[in-house]
Amino acid sequence: MKKVPYRNLISKVLGVSLVVALLLSNSLLAQETAAPSGGGDAAKGKQLFNQNCAACHSLNKKMTGPALAGVTEKYDKEWLYQWIKNSPALIKSGDADALKIYNEYNQAAMTPFPLLSNEDIDNILAYTDAPPVVPKAAPAAADAVAGGGDSSGISNEVILGALALVFALLVVMLILVNKTLRRIAEANGVILEKELAEKRTPIWKAFAQNQFLVLVFAIFLLLGSAYFAYGWMMQVGVDQGYAPIQPIHYSHKIHAGDNGIECKYCHSSARVSKTSGIPSLNVCMNCHKSIYEYKGNPEGPSKEDLANGYTNEFYTNEIKKLYDAVGWDEENQRYTGESSPVEWVRIHNLPDFAYFNHSQHVSVAGVECQTCHGPVEEMEIMYQYSPLTMGWCINCHRETNVKVEGNEYYEKIHAELSQKYGVEKLTAAQMGGLECGKCHY
Amino acid sequence: MSSNKKYWKSEAELNPNDSIVETLRQNEFVQEIPVDDFLGDKETLAASSTNRRDFLKYVGFSTAAASLAACQGPVVKSIPYVVKPDNIIPGVANFYATTIANGFDFASILVKTREGRPIKIENNTDAKIGGSANARVQASVLSLYDSTRLQGPTFNGEPIAWSDLDVAVKAKLAALKNSGKKIALLTQTYASPSATRLISEFKEVYGNVDHITYDAISEDAALSAFEAKYGERALADYNFGNAEIIVSFGADFLGDWQGGGYDSDYAKGRIPKNGKMSKHVQFEANMSLTGANADKRVPLTPSQQKVALAYFYGKLNGTSVGGDLPEAAKASLDSLASQVLKNKSKSVVVTGIDDINAQTLVLAINEMLASEAFEPTAPKYVRQGNVAAVNGLLAEMKAGKVGALLMDGVNPVYSLPNASDFVEGVKSVDLTLAFSANRNETTEVVQYVGAANHYLESWGDAQLKKGHYSLMQPTIKELFDTRQLQGALLQWMGSDKSYYDYIKETWSAGILAGGDWNQALHDGVYVKSDSSEEDVAEAAVSDEEVVSTVVPLASAVKALSGATASGMELTLYSKVGMGDGQQASNPWLQEFPDPITRVSWDNYVTVSKADAEKLGLINENVADGGLDGSYVKLTVDGVALDGVPVIIQPGQAPGSIGLSFGYGKAVGMKSEMQTGVNAYTLYKDFSNVQSVSIEKTGGMHEFACVQLHKTLMGRGDIIKETTLEIFNTKDAKEWNVVPVVSLDHQEVPATSVDLWDSFDRSIGHHFNLSIDLNACTGCGACVIACHAENNVPVVGKAEVRKSRDMHWLRIDRYYSSEETFEQDDTKKEEFDGLFGDKGSLGGFGEMEDPSANPQVAFQPVMCQHCNHAPCETVCPVAATSHGRQGQNHMAYNRCVGTRYCANNCPYKVRRFNWFLYNENDEFDYHMNNDLGKMVINPDVTVRSRGVMEKCSMCIQKTQKTILDAKRDGRLVKDGEFQTACSAACSSGAMVFGDVNDAESEVAELKESNRMYHLLEHIGTKPNVFYHVKVRNTNEA
Repeated sequence: MKKVPYRNLISKVLGVSLVVALLLSNSLLAQETAAPSGGGDAAKGKQLFNQNCAACHSLNKKMTGPALAGVTEKYDKEWLYQWIKNSPALIKSGDADALKIYNEYNQAAMTPFPLLSNEDIDNILAYTDAPPVVPKAAPAAADAVAGGGDSSGISNEVILGALALVFALLVVMLILVNKTLRRIAEANGVILEKELAEKRTPIWKAFAQNQFLVLVFAIFLLLGSAYFAYGWMMQVGVDQGYAPIQPIHYSHKIHAGDNGIECKYCHSSARVSKTSGIPSLNVCMNCHKSIYEYKGNPEGPSKEDLANGYTNEFYTNEIKKLYDAVGWDEENQRYTGESSPVEWVRIHNLPDFAYFNHSQHVSVAGVECQTCHGPVEEMEIMYQYSPLTMGWCINCHRETNVKVEGNEYYEKIHAELSQKYGVEKLTAAQMGGLECGKCHY
Repeated sequence: MSSNKKYWKSEAELNPNDSIVETLRQNEFVQEIPVDDFLGDKETLAASSTNRRDFLKYVGFSTAAASLAACQGPVVKSIPYVVKPDNIIPGVANFYATTIANGFDFASILVKTREGRPIKIENNTDAKIGGSANARVQASVLSLYDSTRLQGPTFNGEPIAWSDLDVAVKAKLAALKNSGKKIALLTQTYASPSATRLISEFKEVYGNVDHITYDAISEDAALSAFEAKYGERALADYNFGNAEIIVSFGADFLGDWQGGGYDSDYAKGRIPKNGKMSKHVQFEANMSLTGANADKRVPLTPSQQKVALAYFYGKLNGTSVGGDLPEAAKASLDSLASQVLKNKSKSVVVTGIDDINAQTLVLAINEMLASEAFEPTAPKYVRQGNVAAVNGLLAEMKAGKVGALLMDGVNPVYSLPNASDFVEGVKSVDLTLAFSANRNETTEVVQYVGAANHYLESWGDAQLKKGHYSLMQPTIKELFDTRQLQGALLQWMGSDKSYYDYIKETWSAGILAGGDWNQALHDGVYVKSDSSEEDVAEAAVSDEEVVSTVVPLASAVKALSGATASGMELTLYSKVGMGDGQQASNPWLQEFPDPITRVSWDNYVTVSKADAEKLGLINENVADGGLDGSYVKLTVDGVALDGVPVIIQPGQAPGSIGLSFGYGKAVGMKSEMQTGVNAYTLYKDFSNVQSVSIEKTGGMHEFACVQLHKTLMGRGDIIKETTLEIFNTKDAKEWNVVPVVSLDHQEVPATSVDLWDSFDRSIGHHFNLSIDLNACTGCGACVIACHAENNVPVVGKAEVRKSRDMHWLRIDRYYSSEETFEQDDTKKEEFDGLFGDKGSLGGFGEMEDPSANPQVAFQPVMCQHCNHAPCETVCPVAATSHGRQGQNHMAYNRCVGTRYCANNCPYKVRRFNWFLYNENDEFDYHMNNDLGKMVINPDVTVRSRGVMEKCSMCIQKTQKTILDAKRDGRLVKDGEFQTACSAACSSGAMVFGDVNDAESEVAELKESNRMYHLLEHIGTKPNVFYHVKVRNTNEA
């Protein structure tokens, strides 16, 4: 009975938040349409900005180049046209403004964009003047939705609780019925079977006396415990699922998943070396020089992320940790030279006596990273997907065909071996991939 | 009858009145045990919070907790670069060409680095001169990671900053500029154009500077003789590959004679080709590596060698020269002279006699013969030491005429025979400074010690031979706060140049002549096409004040032929493993068994059997299997060296003894490394031959000798030998006999009978290693290369003595019991019955004794990778198994250490890890500290205690080669497959490759009629094969 007002509350909250969200989105639309006041289309400008400018400029933050919000107020439009189309020429001409900005930014020349038309530049400038504001209401709406989602979680528990209660009630009732029946039977003078049964040997005693049964039981018991003991011992040293806390919360999901960065962009040595290599911090800085904050999904963080505390601020903060480690001075956009290498916790640990070479599998065999490392692009926290046991290696070698196409090395040996074994395609095992010394030396 | 004997346990029992005895008769202990004190007090016991049950609970809980905690896996940290250098990819090795020039060893080498750590030295095959690394050069990478290295400069033993040292030294030098006192620069031989230029500029800045070059082991006689004849202080170069007859009077040219490095050319001429090979005759006192390789070796004492040389010259010249010589030696000289006269330009004569007359005579002989192997126009610069200058410096130091003494790469207090004079002299020098990588005897007596770079951390250059330049580049940043002298000199001269810039300047000005600097640095070597013009090194050499005139040949011959000796003659020599002793704290080299005596961790005096009997000296094998030897005391002109152990050396010329340099260092060394005695104390007047008196002293020395059985016992099927004549004229069946076995009462070749079904090995790679016993000189570079490549642990002297050495690759050395191995075989064949004259019982006993002048043979033995391996069938856990590519695999993680395999191995090549050699302070040989571990090859497992290990045929290298080919999508080219030993072998004795590749060199070698397998009759079908040794005994 108590639940009724609660349910009403949920629907109320949902209703209200829906209305609020709708109202807000309306106002957003209003803003966007109102923006192109400077004679350009801010939406087009945004696209152009992201294509051409974002590598070095941000709206509100100094990067390789200056922050561009309000740039039209600082400079004359004609001057800006000239500068954007061919800044070196402007500097060469001795323009005072041009020289000033050139020297201020360590004489880093801006790439000329001769292909941008004045109209394009207008659009970009329109965007810099009035960039579409990030929908602030979105998190609130998401909150509301999240709240709704949570309530369904509670109701699940409630249902389970209710079921348990019903079950308990049934048990109590059974006992009560049983008791009543007994009382009735006693009153009627019926002798219960129980008392008769007392003269029979109890079943456990009968069991104990039957030596054959005991023997069979003991055997099964021993076999069973051996089975479990073996299983337990086999998992010693197998760290499947190992997901240690890293010094920087690096999300493969955001990098490889959301942004679709190729694995080997960062783990480049996997192509040529035995180790896949944890990328050095300068590789991170290739992108993070300009990506200084996490903007997240346009829809805002998902409820799961929020539950874990993965807010945009959280991620931005992790980027700052990277800057600390690599010694990047965000203010002045330069390296301080004071770096402190990141001590990552290694997840995939092969023992010293097992030799594994990434390039053999990645470059030669063309095995996808995910085959062994699992759905990395979905992993918020990296974990060990495969057991990395020898049985696991061997299985794959038994099942996987060697990729011989277009590899001159394999031509002869494959022709001869496949004929010998009478198969179309050779597995790694048939190629000698099960020999001890191939991995243990 | 019962006995009345009284048994007593201690003397006190004999005294009937002793109270203690009485007490003990009643009680177990003399004093009352205070049990009641702690158990009687019930109150305290009750009050105690821990009762018996609690105690058990605590014990149980803590045990359980400890074992649970131990179950947790360790957290492994992985730390990437902050900014990764472009050329370093973790897991991929980089190679850099550089040069070692430490004053004793000069070679152009390649350095393999992993993640910026040098881990191995390899031969620079691009280098035409000095491109082969000997055992010491191979091992030098470990010296880089020596934890006893000096970690910063010191002043009077206290650490000091370089800047402070610079200020102090500069001030002192400036003060000395006009004081009339000398600034002496005492250095090793640099052979470096840049260093020479730098020193001459240093002279210009400070004026009165004297540069004295000092070689610990002097080649002064050869240098002076060459200088007198050709006007340049250098050493004549020889190419033994061009010679058909090689005559050597005491020149150990396969060792360190005149800088060494002759083995690869020599070996080329030793492989019979078109029925021809070079003939090598050696006259020498000590059994040297060179003598062991000779076709004919005549043992002569040093004075007899001189006479023999004079006699030989006379024979060539047609004049008669007298002198006292054994008849046999005369006869062989006669026949040799006639052979040489027949093949004049194809002959070469060399000598190691430390005498200017002998050296002059040899130069004259080679010139007279117009020997093609003799290259006086392009001499070598690897020794430049000047004895007269060093002696002059000592005198001036004592006289107080030297204001500053700057030293680099030398350790005179250790290596000077008159070291006490030097120490005395140092006291009267105002400024003394020594650059050294380690603390040593000299750094103890000087004021300033400059912690020096290892050569792998330094820039430098060298001109090993006229026109042949090489560059030294750092392969790692300085590990400690160290510097090289050249950099310091630039500082003190007030120059702001780095030594790198300085070298570049020297090269672009005088050497490159339009050549590309980067290319030269990449190759490590640069050959100047036109070397006629005056170059820097030459200019400096002509600076020397010594003006010598050519010794007239007649007087030289006269002096030589009149040579006599009083008493015993001692020949001082350098060992293949230790050289001049610079790397005495290198465990790999200490454990490296000498190729001839097979003794590690020691030096010793070598005595002939005849002399040993006279002096009552013995060598014996004791119950624990070790070799023991008597001690002697050596006295040279009043200087005594006591406690020198004795090795009875077959082939040692009676009346002579030998002792090696390089041992007996004590300062700055770990106690384990302080081995042997210092022979430099007997190196009077820098002469390697001394008249010595020898006297037996008490006690026995315990050697760590890895081979106790000296002779081959007529087992001609282990080392197959033949003579060139038989090889040329007879069918291979006669000199390369295939063993036969009885099958159905028929004698059939052992190779045709098989217990097992063979696998088809025709598909894919099939690796074979070919070892040519003709080309193998026994130098041992492969042993150290294997050490470095495969993380083989050093076990120390005590363990080696227990035959627990871990070398995966050993080089067996065998002596003949008769004069030749052939006679051994014949003797064994003729045994008849057990007893009697030809009885085998006594006969085998006799054959265990090597002859007085035996033939010697070397045989490298590693795992033979048998296709039918006896070890594989007995392993209870299948830890060792066979791969399709022919390698016998060893899975260490599977091994449980039963050692059945080692017992069943007919070649005895398996090594058992008795201890955990890494991480173990009981084995303080660099593998137990972080610094020493930097040399470990990350591609090879570091084995743990309790497992068997052995040669893997460098499977990590073959796998790497295959993977590279797969990645590039191409076939493997011949020569790409290498093992550590075959890559290190500069003589071409070891060739590795894929026999399924019909075009490969190894496949061709396998078809050779000289090919045989070791112990073929047991049917193991090894993948290592040998080539029959051919000796050129032609007398005409």
